[in-house]
Amino acid sequence: MSTIDYSEKIPNNVNLSQDRTLQRALEHWQPNYLAWWQDMGPEGSRDFDVYLRTAVSVDPSGWAQFGYVKMPDYRWGIFLNPGDAERKIHFGDHLGEPAWQDVPGEHRANLRRIIVTQGDTEPASVEQQRHLGLTAPSQYDLRNLFQVNVEEGRHLWAMVYLLHRFFGRDGREEAEALLERRSGDRDNPRILGAFNEKTPDWLAFFMFTYFTDRDGKFQLCALAESGFDPLARTTKFMLTEEAHHMFVGESGVSRVIQRTCDAMRELGTDDPAKLRAAGVIDLPTIQRYLNFHFSVTIDLFGADQSSNAAIFYSSGLKGRYEEGKRADDHRLKGDHYRVLEVHDGRLAEKEVPMLNALNEVLRDDYIKDSVGGVNRWNKVIEKAGLPFRLAVPHKAFHRRIGALAGARIAPDGRVVSEAEWNAKVGEWLPTEADRAFVASLMGRVVEPGKFANWIAPPVVGINKQPVDFEYVRFG
Amino acid sequence: MDIAAATTIRQHLIDPEICIRCNTCEATCPVGAITHDERNYVVRADVCKPCNACIAPCPTGAIDNWRVVPSARVYSIEEQLGWDVLPAELTHDELAAAGVPEAVIGVVAPAVAVVATADPGEPVPLDAAHYSSLLPPWSAAHAYANLYGPKAPTVATVTGNFRVTEAGFANETHHVVLDFGAMPFPVLEGQSIGIVPPGADASGRPHRARQYSVASPRNGERPGYNNVSLTVKRVTADHQGRAVKGVCSNYVCDLKVGDKVQVIGPFGTSFLMPNHPRSNIVMICTGTGSAPMRAMTEWRRRLRQGGKFEGGKLMLFFGARTREELPYFGPLMSLPKDFIDINLAFSRTAGQPKRHVQDLMRERAADLAGLLQQSDTYVYVCGLRAMEEGVLLALRDAAVAGGLSWDALADAMRREGRLHLETY
Repeated sequence: MSTIDYSEKIPNNVNLSQDRTLQRALEHWQPNYLAWWQDMGPEGSRDFDVYLRTAVSVDPSGWAQFGYVKMPDYRWGIFLNPGDAERKIHFGDHLGEPAWQDVPGEHRANLRRIIVTQGDTEPASVEQQRHLGLTAPSQYDLRNLFQVNVEEGRHLWAMVYLLHRFFGRDGREEAEALLERRSGDRDNPRILGAFNEKTPDWLAFFMFTYFTDRDGKFQLCALAESGFDPLARTTKFMLTEEAHHMFVGESGVSRVIQRTCDAMRELGTDDPAKLRAAGVIDLPTIQRYLNFHFSVTIDLFGADQSSNAAIFYSSGLKGRYEEGKRADDHRLKGDHYRVLEVHDGRLAEKEVPMLNALNEVLRDDYIKDSVGGVNRWNKVIEKAGLPFRLAVPHKAFHRRIGALAGARIAPDGRVVSEAEWNAKVGEWLPTEADRAFVASLMGRVVEPGKFANWIAPPVVGINKQPVDFEYVRFG
Repeated sequence: MDIAAATTIRQHLIDPEICIRCNTCEATCPVGAITHDERNYVVRADVCKPCNACIAPCPTGAIDNWRVVPSARVYSIEEQLGWDVLPAELTHDELAAAGVPEAVIGVVAPAVAVVATADPGEPVPLDAAHYSSLLPPWSAAHAYANLYGPKAPTVATVTGNFRVTEAGFANETHHVVLDFGAMPFPVLEGQSIGIVPPGADASGRPHRARQYSVASPRNGERPGYNNVSLTVKRVTADHQGRAVKGVCSNYVCDLKVGDKVQVIGPFGTSFLMPNHPRSNIVMICTGTGSAPMRAMTEWRRRLRQGGKFEGGKLMLFFGARTREELPYFGPLMSLPKDFIDINLAFSRTAGQPKRHVQDLMRERAADLAGLLQQSDTYVYVCGLRAMEEGVLLALRDAAVAGGLSWDALADAMRREGRLHLETY
């Protein structure tokens, strides 16, 4: 099961050649996908030979094969983690029943919606990032960007396989629509808000891969618990790839901070104006970017009270993060959870049925995980002997979805007046001037081993290659 | 001496500064050796095999850290969970102070106790494919591969063709020099090229290309020229000894100066030599398997001549049936002894017992072990497939006798691009 058949047009480990109808349908979709990649994939990169990781099997020894690949020739395909014939559904109303190998009719619409929503984020992020290659701070970073892009492309394949295989004509239409929506398009936008935001510069890209790809991790983790076995196996394999994306984000921001701290020590100043004049990004600006990406991303988990979330869970479609490691009854009827609301001009906790609050549960797990990395960024500052510390804002800050949508809450969790919000928002969220300054630093550096002035080199190279390795060969 | 204190293990650790806590390693580990808390991901020394299943999936490289520690003082889970940075390697003095004997210090061995577990029992079959590195040494030069494919070969001109075995003996071997003129054909020691013999086979299909290792160093058979040399044995019998005239080898051995040859390649990106100062190279070959060894030796010789060679030992085990059939015997003998340690094995010298390369390796086991104990030692094996197992067993026994764990050593060498086997 773990062997991937590369002799076929579409590499896969799902015996695609045994299912002629499906194979034909996917082979019909493939050229459309490639056309989409051509139009909306990384700009001007067509002939580059990129040192990429490609999976040749889903076991540990085979899924990270490195070599130079032209991105349009990347072997996108369909890879599922090995199955377990004995697997049982382990939460919700169907707890203890055998996992579904096919879609139960009564859950068809919900499952399709879950898969389409997940699938839509994958091409969206490629679209958001398509111009970044033109301002890469190094070959190393350019390669990492491209690796993220091709794997997002593969994640789209993973979802499209499920749509084609299990959802008939509806699924095929949804698969086409995934190639038709465009990030930020006014008439036909991507489904989720954060995926219509711009990723205009590399600091935004690193923040996006740290925060927003981590949302991907949590959604995938929740789907990897699904009672619908093909979805669980697909998302499990995607998670292994997703880890690289978060690595790009965490190490990217960390290197920006490192460079800034070095400049702060050299110049003996924390004055943003002086640091900006020296061509590095001051820590308060990094904090504002962080506030923006964190708040936009936690909206992706949805409303804090959601009957859909309850239905998805009870019907066994989507579990909690690490469902299998939790020691409760895995049905959650009668359990409660605390969510936030603004009450009498203050934030107050309110107890609601746990099942309805599962979006909030996943959001809180996500926040805990995000904070860990921010603390590791602080270690860099601490090591440089500087007093500044980064922090994630309060989860009620700058929300657009759920009970807190539109509430005026400061990063420290205080409810503030409209006047105070307007006066301070420039300290809390990136201003036009901040973005323009960061944009002004973006220049293309592609000589092997050279890095833009605003970012430190990485500690280690990719696949143990040296940092000055030729990660991209320009055709 | 307390045996527990006297031994070391190579403990698998995760670098908390580089790790992004993505959980991939923990999800991958087949034996549940990896665990975490809110702060760190850590490895249980008593559970980790180490099988290396977690190494490739790690997106950061944080997973690939190892520390030699006294077995009695492995880093506990609790210690690791408290770390912000990896502890430094224990120094020689610290290990000695912990009661680790001199002979064991510096030895590379994964989480397996390094005690003298010499296994004098029956040799067990060793699978060469399992041991050979897929990666080049870290300091290898970048290799270009597949610049010319079968559909678009390039053309080289023969500029030399010499017999390098004594006339009148079997296994006639030729040293053929090909010049590429203005066509780019960058090639490194250890790589091979393909020669496309003219004509077609019995069923009318064009002959397929045959691969030969280059015998010349990177800057040309003649330094500064765009040429390569090959070591080609005239094939007159098949593996079963039946008379067969090798299509390509006879074509190549009969080439005249000025002839044009169709060439494809270069091939190979892992059987490459280390380039860092003080790297040792152990070469084990038979017959025309000497080609890459000649290339590597000659490159080192040129570096040394140019004063650019900082130490690093060369040790050669070279086997043939007789002295007369050993390619490059003459030039080899004129190399200075302090440059290369040459060991020749002849299996059919009249009046003498048969000696194979592995017999010589066993005789030199102590010196071999000394090299194997160094993480800068790279081993290359090239020749007939039949030699593989004997060579691996001899390597294993030399390692074990030197107080090394073979499994650990072989695994480390394979992962680090330090053990390369190419047989045919």
